[in-house]
Amino acid sequence: MEKPVLLTIKGLQIEGRSGDAWHPIVKGVDLTLHKGEVLGLIGESGAGKSTLGLAAMGFARDGCRISGGTIDFDGIDLRTAPEAKRRGLRGKRIAYVAQSAAASFNPAHKLIDQYCEGPVVHGVMSREKAEADAVELYRRMRLPNSEEIGFRYPHQVSGGQLQRAMTAMAMACRPDLIIFDEPTTALDVTTQIEVLAAIRDIVRQFGTAAIYITHDLAVVAQMADRIKVLLRGDEVEEADTRSMLAAPRQDYTRSLWAVRSFARAEQPPATGTPVVSVRNVTAAYGAVDVLKNVSFDIHARRTVAVVGESGSGKSTTARVITGLLPPRKGEVLFNGKVLPPNFKARSREELRQCQMIYQMADTALNPKLRLRELIGRPAEMYLGLRGKALETRIRDLLALIELEPDKYIDRLPSELSGGQKQRIGIARALAAEPQLIICDEVTSALDQIVQEGILKLLNRLQGELNLAYMFITHDLATVKSIADKVVVMQHGAVVERGPKAALFADPKEDYTNLLLSSVPEMDPDWLNRLLAARGGHA
Amino acid sequence: MNEIWLMIGQRLLLGLLTLFIISVVIFGATELLPGDLARELLGQSATEETLAALREQLGLNDPAPLRYWNWLTGVLQGDFGVSMATKKPISELVGARLGNTLFLALYAAALSVPLSLLLGVLAALWRNSIFDRASNALALTAISFPEFFVAYILVLWLAQTGLFPSMVRITSATTTGDLLYSAFLPALTLTLVVTAHMMRMTRAAIINLLASPYIEMARLKGLSPMRVVLRHAVPNALAPIINVVALNLAYLITGVVVVEVVFVYPGLGQLMIDAVTNRDIAVVQAIALIFASAYVLLNLIADVLSTITNPRLMHRK
Repeated sequence: MEKPVLLTIKGLQIEGRSGDAWHPIVKGVDLTLHKGEVLGLIGESGAGKSTLGLAAMGFARDGCRISGGTIDFDGIDLRTAPEAKRRGLRGKRIAYVAQSAAASFNPAHKLIDQYCEGPVVHGVMSREKAEADAVELYRRMRLPNSEEIGFRYPHQVSGGQLQRAMTAMAMACRPDLIIFDEPTTALDVTTQIEVLAAIRDIVRQFGTAAIYITHDLAVVAQMADRIKVLLRGDEVEEADTRSMLAAPRQDYTRSLWAVRSFARAEQPPATGTPVVSVRNVTAAYGAVDVLKNVSFDIHARRTVAVVGESGSGKSTTARVITGLLPPRKGEVLFNGKVLPPNFKARSREELRQCQMIYQMADTALNPKLRLRELIGRPAEMYLGLRGKALETRIRDLLALIELEPDKYIDRLPSELSGGQKQRIGIARALAAEPQLIICDEVTSALDQIVQEGILKLLNRLQGELNLAYMFITHDLATVKSIADKVVVMQHGAVVERGPKAALFADPKEDYTNLLLSSVPEMDPDWLNRLLAARGGHA
Repeated sequence: MNEIWLMIGQRLLLGLLTLFIISVVIFGATELLPGDLARELLGQSATEETLAALREQLGLNDPAPLRYWNWLTGVLQGDFGVSMATKKPISELVGARLGNTLFLALYAAALSVPLSLLLGVLAALWRNSIFDRASNALALTAISFPEFFVAYILVLWLAQTGLFPSMVRITSATTTGDLLYSAFLPALTLTLVVTAHMMRMTRAAIINLLASPYIEMARLKGLSPMRVVLRHAVPNALAPIINVVALNLAYLITGVVVVEVVFVYPGLGQLMIDAVTNRDIAVVQAIALIFASAYVLLNLIADVLSTITNPRLMHRK
């Protein structure tokens, strides 16, 4: 570390307001960053990573305040500097790349207009020069049609391309420091690789220092020189990437590393009539076929994972099974009996057998209902439980999902954590006593440690209640831990299917291979090897 | 671009359908008005024979659907019929008044729209400041008083002191300059009445967007607060603003009866009141149809403008 220091943060404290009280978010964190160095910040949600990253720009979100410590950027004290001076630094010497480029680009302006705004406002270069520069940076970020892409509006460009365009925009003034706030979290694995490689190259080309915020250890291993682990606003430990990966010193860090260790025991091949059987289903939105001749079976006590990128038809398949989208061709069998294509034509008993759990527990639970009603309603509607029997059933269900009934039964969803809300989603599905549960990205919005708890719970419940699971996900780590059988989808068709072990060990199709090899691994050399193996750049 | 023309065409057709339904309602409603037009015209002393003859002459004995058909076909050819009270062609009678009403509406709009947009943007920029609270409080106060009360207060302050006239006289010799001067008080009254809606909607639409990630991004690019609001928030807040402006413009054309009465302004509203009093049904129908057209047309324009200002609708994938 002979390079000069760029950013020094000492004893930083940040508070957030809830009601009239201020509570600490960041509790006295120190941070040193040298010129051209990439520091990875990792931790679960609520660890204060983003807040700390923004503080490095002298910025606190509305409802937050920097209450203690110093932030020194290249000799400038960002806490005491006047706002005009900080504004002069932002975008010019310190830039920011947000998690969701789709939400962080202004929908009303073309990409290149948003690119040029920073350099022109900061007086770095003229509009004409900035436009030429934008095309050059788009090219370096390996955006297709770099000459023309800037003249599109954000909604006309895909998510992965937007994320690269945003990194190019952050580079516009050739800043000394860029804050990357989970830039690939919202992307598919195959897209993620392209973005990671492009970001890493451009940061190296310009010798830009970066703070790379993520909750994904394997990603940070590829990007960072050093890693700092945060937990609830405190630093857990910091070390350079290789030694941290090889030998984490703290228990918490080790627990983060160990999360993906949960794996379901291998099951013998299932026999008998499958619970649900999707047969040659073709379905369309309007005139466009979004599912093409899809078939697979799910047996009792078995989990079938349906994987693929966004837009591959995973959730549409679920809509066909539940009867929300009647297929154009093909049929769905339940215990060997053909189900009516439209849910309106299905009996209450048929509806009860198939329940869903959703990705965003936040929006899938009615915020005005107490847990008693949320869980009680399906039990009342499908099973006709009333009074004392209903009360007992709700309490049993709460106990089943490992929430203490007396403490939780009268709570509102807003009084629960993200993982607890997802548990309520599970209890609500169980209340109907179904045979099949469709889990649509149920762990995608959760931290890894919480994810593991949910997966273990689902696994235990399956054994106890004879459930069949259809597990929709784009996260292959989840697939590895919970699935028995895997169905790989692309562009609405099944590309490959088979038992988990066989499919992971020896994928037959190119697309499956691409998908599997795109899952980041902890090894810091993984991205290099992968890019070399794929022949240059992804 | 073709999609825009298609949309405008569809909305126009829908607007015409709406107007057709409204014309039925207007005709039906005027049928329900009490009184006998023939007796109204000839006075209490008229004999039954002359009344019957007049009814025959005016076509009052025809069945309602036939009279509706005759009226509608006339209107479609630009012929609103003859005022039964004054015996003048209605188009002549309404024409001059419509011009006056549009002039007052435009005058008030020219004052109130820029004022409320400016106040709304500044209130959003300096939200929760003294300025924000004061402009909100003033606008709400102005809208909370009945129009005639605001009008009389203005007369008391600005007309009694001799600054502006309290009555508007329009003759063929009146110049535009004179008109702007003499119609200032009614225009100001209307401005005070409509500013609050537009200002508060502008403020709310902008503040609603300030929590968006792209606004945070704009701030993190080091842009000034004014630039963040004007360049990044306002373009995305245009749709609700355009709609509330259109609604208020329609109100300025159709809802100004009270203000016209206070300032003796010869507009459509006054004419309509007179016509209702005189049972001059053809005039009532004509004006009601004009008011309805103003609403339909302004809403159509608002729809088209909201679409044009939204790149997601203008530039498909």
